[in-house]
Amino acid sequence: MRKKSTDSAKILPSEITPYERYVSRRTLLAGGLGLVAAQSIGGFARAAFAQPAGALTYVRNASLSVTDAPNSYRDITTYNNYYEFGTDKSDPSENAQKFHTQPWNVAIGGEAEVTGTFSLEDILKPHPLEERVYRLRCVEAWSMVVPWVGFPLGDLLKRFKPTSKAKFVEFKTLYDPKQMPGQRSAVLEWPYVEGLRMDEAMHPLTLMAVGLYGKVLPNQNGAPLRLIVPWKYGFKGIKAIVSIKFTERAPRTTWAGAASNEYGFFANVNPSVDHPRWSQATERHIGASAFGPRQPTLPFNGYAAQVASLYSGMDLRKFF
Amino acid sequence: MWQVRWILKPLVFLACLIPALQLTIGALNAVGVMQVGGISLGADPVEFMLHTCGRWTLNFLMITLCMTPLRDLTRSTLWLRFRRMFGLFAFFYVLLHISVYLLLDQSGKLGALWQDIVKRPYITIGMLGLLLLIPLAVTSTVKAQRRLGRRWTQLHRLVYLVAILGVWHFWWQVKKDIREPLLYACGLTLLLGYRVWKHRQSLARVSVARLAGSGGA
Repeated sequence: MRKKSTDSAKILPSEITPYERYVSRRTLLAGGLGLVAAQSIGGFARAAFAQPAGALTYVRNASLSVTDAPNSYRDITTYNNYYEFGTDKSDPSENAQKFHTQPWNVAIGGEAEVTGTFSLEDILKPHPLEERVYRLRCVEAWSMVVPWVGFPLGDLLKRFKPTSKAKFVEFKTLYDPKQMPGQRSAVLEWPYVEGLRMDEAMHPLTLMAVGLYGKVLPNQNGAPLRLIVPWKYGFKGIKAIVSIKFTERAPRTTWAGAASNEYGFFANVNPSVDHPRWSQATERHIGASAFGPRQPTLPFNGYAAQVASLYSGMDLRKFF
Repeated sequence: MWQVRWILKPLVFLACLIPALQLTIGALNAVGVMQVGGISLGADPVEFMLHTCGRWTLNFLMITLCMTPLRDLTRSTLWLRFRRMFGLFAFFYVLLHISVYLLLDQSGKLGALWQDIVKRPYITIGMLGLLLLIPLAVTSTVKAQRRLGRRWTQLHRLVYLVAILGVWHFWWQVKKDIREPLLYACGLTLLLGYRVWKHRQSLARVSVARLAGSGGA
């Protein structure tokens, strides 16, 4: 049984959406064919990708998107760091196929007026979706460009009316070793915890992602709900979120807890602050050309104009 | 034993080349020169090649170190006839490893390599291991073995240090999941522990013989 699901998870090169078709599909949607088109494309996507769900309705946010060409759907969905499903890059796409994302609840707690447990539907309902093509820079010094579909985290957080005591937001991933085989070994402390300072969380670039390439997020990419903070290293983008809590103090995040000299709370992409064991000055861009040269890493992953002011006056060597 | 020389050895030699062959085909697939089904280096071909060559270097070091214990265990010297080949394959794969790093990852920038050697401890010790393998590869010929005599054996004990440095290099560069380097470390501990144990045994035997000798005088 297990073998079967592994096989169906493998995507043949012939099944990868060429970028042109992806773009034309988007134009089709924008052309107003609306729900009917979306559903028929959903059917196509199901057949082609063996993914549980279909296309999403969204608008493209060009002003917050980069113009770099996105990586292929195949690269984005088979090269993942998601230790809950294994530590190899190919593990998540193989082990996450049977992961249940329905029903899904998110607990909202801490320093806010509105708290409690909400179904995913209630969480998502009021938020129109938009597509944003973001750069993604992993702390391991590789990078991709990903067309996410989601909505600003800030819009979600405002609904819970955080109090004046809310200085940070803490996120937690589902803890379910039965479904997440990686959690059965103590590679990291489970569940995975991430956090943002309130102003980072409210920043318009910070995204709650629910989709990728116009479709519902594949399990290996953090379905059903994940965080994207494009100016920070990828590990800040916590996946399969089940808890959001407003706190007064900085949460103890997983990687910072595992090796505080190597991974900081802020984890802003910074070419001039090296990882103690490797350089962060350059990155290998996945899929550019197989053996192309490394490219220089940009401060704040190229988003310095939008976010550098959040950290003015801070020593970024100390608060790495 | 012509079968060993003309059949078994060539077969083992070809088998040792399989990982390199897979990488070559995978690399040609990756750049689109050809498409041979099933062999792919994944989304990050450089990392895949780097890690595969690194792993096979360690594998061949381990295999090389298995030959003497296997000889003792099976009381057959057949194993020793393959030791040099395995050792040289360890050298071959470490050369591929550093070539991939230097040429594909760092685009041939020697300055960057030097920076890394000086700045990154795991690269420093990895590089040291590689350098220590060079004299062993150079003196691997029968001629050199004859010329060096006893000193050859002493020199080639360096392989113990090389293996330690290799496993250490691997251990130091993993992000968090140390299970795989731990496995190599355990294997190496066993292989080196065996040699320590054997050495002690022989020392004990010598002293017993001495006692027996003095008793008889």
